[in-house]
Amino acid sequence: MWLNQFLILGALLFCIGVYGVLARRNGVMVLMSIELILNSVNINLVAFGAFNGTPVGQVFALFVIAVAAAEVGVGLAIVLLIYRNRTSIDLDAADLLKG
Amino acid sequence: MVAQNIFFGIIAFVMVVAALRVVTTKNIVHAALYLVIVLAGVAAQFILTGAEFVGVTQILVYIGAVVVLFLFGIMLTRARIGREVEVDNEKRWLAGLVALVLFAVMSFALVDAFEDSRIESVSGGTPQLTSEVSDAIFKDYLIPFEAASFLLLAALIGAIVVARRE
Repeated sequence: MWLNQFLILGALLFCIGVYGVLARRNGVMVLMSIELILNSVNINLVAFGAFNGTPVGQVFALFVIAVAAAEVGVGLAIVLLIYRNRTSIDLDAADLLKG
Repeated sequence: MVAQNIFFGIIAFVMVVAALRVVTTKNIVHAALYLVIVLAGVAAQFILTGAEFVGVTQILVYIGAVVVLFLFGIMLTRARIGREVEVDNEKRWLAGLVALVLFAVMSFALVDAFEDSRIESVSGGTPQLTSEVSDAIFKDYLIPFEAASFLLLAALIGAIVVARRE
């Protein structure tokens, strides 16, 4: 297996996630796209770990998984709060701080 | 090694198609279910590179917990179960342009830097033992591990405080 096939798969997933974050206006769907981005980073970390023959890549991937779990918990709580205050999770409408 | 490449291609194709559906489908519940396919594909890729422990953790944490959390989020924000009209904003062609340019730059840089370096030529293609991973976590990375556990605790309490009704 080439190293590049994993790296380019990761890059492709990352770009799909970036498209999702930019194009979606539903808060939960934006969080799903962020999960795509984090997973593409994990693929890169594990592939580089296998390439260098060390378990350190897997250790960092585990840390990223832990941080992603924390992020999705807090993120969904925030989306829930936005819904409760504005009865909509349209992120384009949440522009209270816009000048 | 040929079989590994064939399976890599099949899994990668399924993952990319499902990921595209996650960001393009109009139905928010379908998006969550397509996300399950992508996450399972990532776990399969981990096992293909010999990272068994991370693959199993991926299934437990993502498919077991995060997707359920997403479905709860969809339920609590009372999104309609059917198709929704307004899930994308009007300027999504700009987002597509950004993603395409980003992918072009990244893939050019990757191909330029790692031309045809192979994974098995260095590590011998052997699976990396879970015991090595645990040794690394509990020896060299003990303090980051404790920090991660503290972060999870803080995020748990923070999520409860933020989402609680007064």
